[in-house]
Amino acid sequence: MKADPSGVMTGTHFLDGDQACCEGALAAGCRFSAGYPITPSTEIVERFAQRVPQLGGMFIQMEDELAASIAIQGAVWAGAKAFTVTSGPGFSLMMEHLGYAAMTETPCVIVDVQRGGPSTGLPTLPGQSDMMQARWGSHGDYQVIALCPLSPQECFDLTIEAFNLSERFRVPVLVMMDECVGHMTERVVIPPASEIAVYPRRYTRMKPGEYKPYAAGEEGVPEMARTGRGYHFHITGLTHDEHGYPAMNADAQKKLIGRLIAKIRENTEAIVRYEEKFIEDAEVIVVAYGITARVAERAVQMARERGIAAGLFRPVVVWPFPEKRTRELAGRARAFVVAEMNYGQIALEVERLVAGRAATALVSHAGGAVHHPEEILDAILAFAPRIEATGRRTTLEIEDAAELEAHRPEGFVQ
Amino acid sequence: MSPAVMDNLCAMEFQAQEANPVEGFLRVDRMPHIWCPGCGIGTTVNCFANALLQAKLDLEKVVVVSGIGCTGRVAGYVELDSFHTTHGRAIPFATGLKLADPELTVVVYSGDGDLISIGGNHFIHAARRNVDLKIICVNNFTYGMTGGQVAPTTPVSAIASTTPYGCFEQPFNLPYLAESSGAVYVARWTSYHVRQLAHAMAEAFRKKGFTFIEVLSPCPTLYERRNRLGDGLDMMKYFKDQSVVRNGASTREVGLSFQGPIPVGKFVDIERPTFLELMNQQLGRTLDAEYTGCGEGNVCA
Repeated sequence: MKADPSGVMTGTHFLDGDQACCEGALAAGCRFSAGYPITPSTEIVERFAQRVPQLGGMFIQMEDELAASIAIQGAVWAGAKAFTVTSGPGFSLMMEHLGYAAMTETPCVIVDVQRGGPSTGLPTLPGQSDMMQARWGSHGDYQVIALCPLSPQECFDLTIEAFNLSERFRVPVLVMMDECVGHMTERVVIPPASEIAVYPRRYTRMKPGEYKPYAAGEEGVPEMARTGRGYHFHITGLTHDEHGYPAMNADAQKKLIGRLIAKIRENTEAIVRYEEKFIEDAEVIVVAYGITARVAERAVQMARERGIAAGLFRPVVVWPFPEKRTRELAGRARAFVVAEMNYGQIALEVERLVAGRAATALVSHAGGAVHHPEEILDAILAFAPRIEATGRRTTLEIEDAAELEAHRPEGFVQ
Repeated sequence: MSPAVMDNLCAMEFQAQEANPVEGFLRVDRMPHIWCPGCGIGTTVNCFANALLQAKLDLEKVVVVSGIGCTGRVAGYVELDSFHTTHGRAIPFATGLKLADPELTVVVYSGDGDLISIGGNHFIHAARRNVDLKIICVNNFTYGMTGGQVAPTTPVSAIASTTPYGCFEQPFNLPYLAESSGAVYVARWTSYHVRQLAHAMAEAFRKKGFTFIEVLSPCPTLYERRNRLGDGLDMMKYFKDQSVVRNGASTREVGLSFQGPIPVGKFVDIERPTFLELMNQQLGRTLDAEYTGCGEGNVCA
């Protein structure tokens, strides 16, 4: 299915990431948003409130983020595509409804323009410290999808993809921006509607009476029915059976939660997306995402200029993490340097997947500003100590992890 | 007994032999329900079904949204599209549902703890906006599902598991709260007043805007036992004996006290434009032909 042209602002624009995110939502067919003001995300819904009345939709500013994150789900069940946007403190308040969306399989999009935390933290300055919260923030076991744009262009592209993935897998999808990406202004090319793929809602063709709201369909995903069409369905956040009725026992729990996990895990390869640069011969791989990937790329270039075989691995979809590719790379690289604006979140995931087959190091940052490329370069250099005078590097002479450990720069947490 | 009442009773008995007239509104495959013997919630559901019959609504378009708690389970027993949401958030969920598809009649059916304590902020804001939602609040003076803790409606001096020496906080006067927040229809009945309650519900369903009905209901298992008030029947006797019909009373005057008099009736019934009407008016005026409209027949989808 292609995008509805009415919402697509085809052309070349000069937009910031927040504005581009809003345009992505409109292009994806989103016509409902409920929000609560919070820096640095508010511009997304300010633009939405201005644009959507002319497109047959609406924005409502709710009384808080709890309300915003559940109002969008009501709208989804009424037939709309809906999203909300927030930042750290609001993201914390939305956690219960992230779980409700996962449990009731309500397709929706939540944008978190990350700022420095915890608590009120740094409202106007960037952070990347909500990455684990995105994955684990609501109670219970569930799966989400999270994407990490690094430019206004990607804020547009990935917001569309977020809506598409949410409809395809009936999961809440998180767009994990950061203040830098949200507020930087760059060229954004919006293609014609005919070139934008939009995943339609998986509405059932079954008749009322035959239809079971939670019977697994294609890819383990149940079909949806729309409210007010005579299906008389029941939706609950309680553990439920295929009819949607509460089922308070271990078997029902295993069947439901097992499916909620499996529909993402078993389709991980279809969901993951990553970008690689200079990876073919890389001995030291820098892992970075969002704005930090742009700094990391500079560090990789600087390393290459010094003749070091450094490469960049950038997860575009961060959850589910590109596990298979990370394991493959772990089999051939000597070291992974994870750069992120926190004290080690995605680094833990990399360590888990590398599983001792290569060294791992974290270049942390408390947030409030982006890394300096030199900080990341220093970490790369620490794993590539022997370089020939010609500038062409030889094979690293470090053969085991213990020796690598000795070369680890001070102050880096593994 | 008047002949008309006799006729009615005969008709009801006849129907009872045929089929219960409200059976079609219930998910009989989910029975028995979870409510305790003597609890009034089931009675209110019966009134709700009768109100749907009276109001002659298109049942395809009627939706029940509940929060968490004993009354929160109502959504699971009605043969309608129904949502059992998170604790306190039935109103904002219902707001999204109603605004995105204005053709739906959205009933929020939940308890006093859910709607007024954890969901209190949403309650006052939805009333302020006059979102077209039909709120039915079953007030049993306590948190039943979790074992009888103090609620924002527990009368002063009543015992609850978390106020073992007696409640000393002033409870909310719910009709007063609803009216001052902006509700266009406010009534209170008890689970003893089944006909008046069904009538009030039907009246609210036909009215546009944020309507609020408080229904007092016994909780024999927790509230009454802990306060030595007898069983469900004793509470019904209290409702019968102490209720005073005061239609049109100032909501300021209808607060409740421990086992004191119960003002019941319809307190508020006014006209005020709804959220969607005001939105369409404002945007239509500002954007003219550019505004595509959101309202009857126009779904945000």
